[in-house]
Amino acid sequence: MGSRFLKGVSHGIPIALGYLSVSFGFGITAAASGLSTLEAAVISASNLTSAGQAAGVGIIAAGGTLLEMALVQLTINIRYALMGLSLSQKLDKRFTASHRLIASYGITDEIFAVCSAQDKPLTPAYMYGMILIAMLGWVTGTFLGASAGELLPQSVSSALGIVLYGMFLAIIVPPSRKNKSVLCVVVAAALLSIVFRYALSFVSAGFAVMICAIAAAALGALLFPINDEEAEE
Amino acid sequence: MSVAAYIFVMAAVTYIIRMIPFTFFNKKIKSRFIRSFLKYIPYTVLSAMTIPAIFYSTGSVVTAAVGTIAAVVLAFFDLPLIVVALFASLAAYLVGLFL
Repeated sequence: MGSRFLKGVSHGIPIALGYLSVSFGFGITAAASGLSTLEAAVISASNLTSAGQAAGVGIIAAGGTLLEMALVQLTINIRYALMGLSLSQKLDKRFTASHRLIASYGITDEIFAVCSAQDKPLTPAYMYGMILIAMLGWVTGTFLGASAGELLPQSVSSALGIVLYGMFLAIIVPPSRKNKSVLCVVVAAALLSIVFRYALSFVSAGFAVMICAIAAAALGALLFPINDEEAEE
Repeated sequence: MSVAAYIFVMAAVTYIIRMIPFTFFNKKIKSRFIRSFLKYIPYTVLSAMTIPAIFYSTGSVVTAAVGTIAAVVLAFFDLPLIVVALFASLAAYLVGLFL
């Protein structure tokens, strides 16, 4: 138990460091939108997501309706449903329904990415360790950003904006180098994403990621179906 | 509208989206197509989220491009996540000092 939890914590440290810098930015935005430091921290602790929170703070500041809030969160965060489905396929037997109910809270882009990259089935202790440290980073960064955001030099805070993307690249580049079908789906998703960004920019960012990811993965599943030995892993 | 009501709706919707498939889907999927699809999904999600957004992540396309190159090179050699992530940021920071 202890060692799996600690392994989760150690795998979560890069996530927590990335979150610290991104949520620092969120904290600054939330404070600038008129929210208190406590409100900003509560949003981060209860939502644990970047794009959805940023959009949510915009709706609060503009005095939008609760229905609008619900629909925007649904659109931006629907990708987590896909991630949850993918992770549900590699859970250890220890993952009972109550563990699933708790660990659902921590399905973020980064936690999903690191969990997907594990060879062994996921245990609750491993995911809890990772979620705990990541959540601490996310909430601490929000708190610091909301209360003291202006203190960090601009050059440092802008360079920190790339941290999480750098981590994403660290996850997708090695398997793309070793496996041609992964490389193909990664390139297809990137090309589609570029098309959405520049030619179909009326589609919201959350939706665009969903469409690109689904289309490229479906293409990969058609062209390069996995063989049965791979499926056993 | 109280801020608490907004926060409650945000958090509840976000949690439900995460919880339903993760909690209630506990059968192994048989379809080869869907298993292949779910194998590729993590990579396509991350790729679509990263490109082209990474080039706008530092406020300067030049520093972001340098950071991206640093990340790709280090990741190519299988360096740990934290090393790749922090060196990408360091590279962007250093180039930013000269702009």
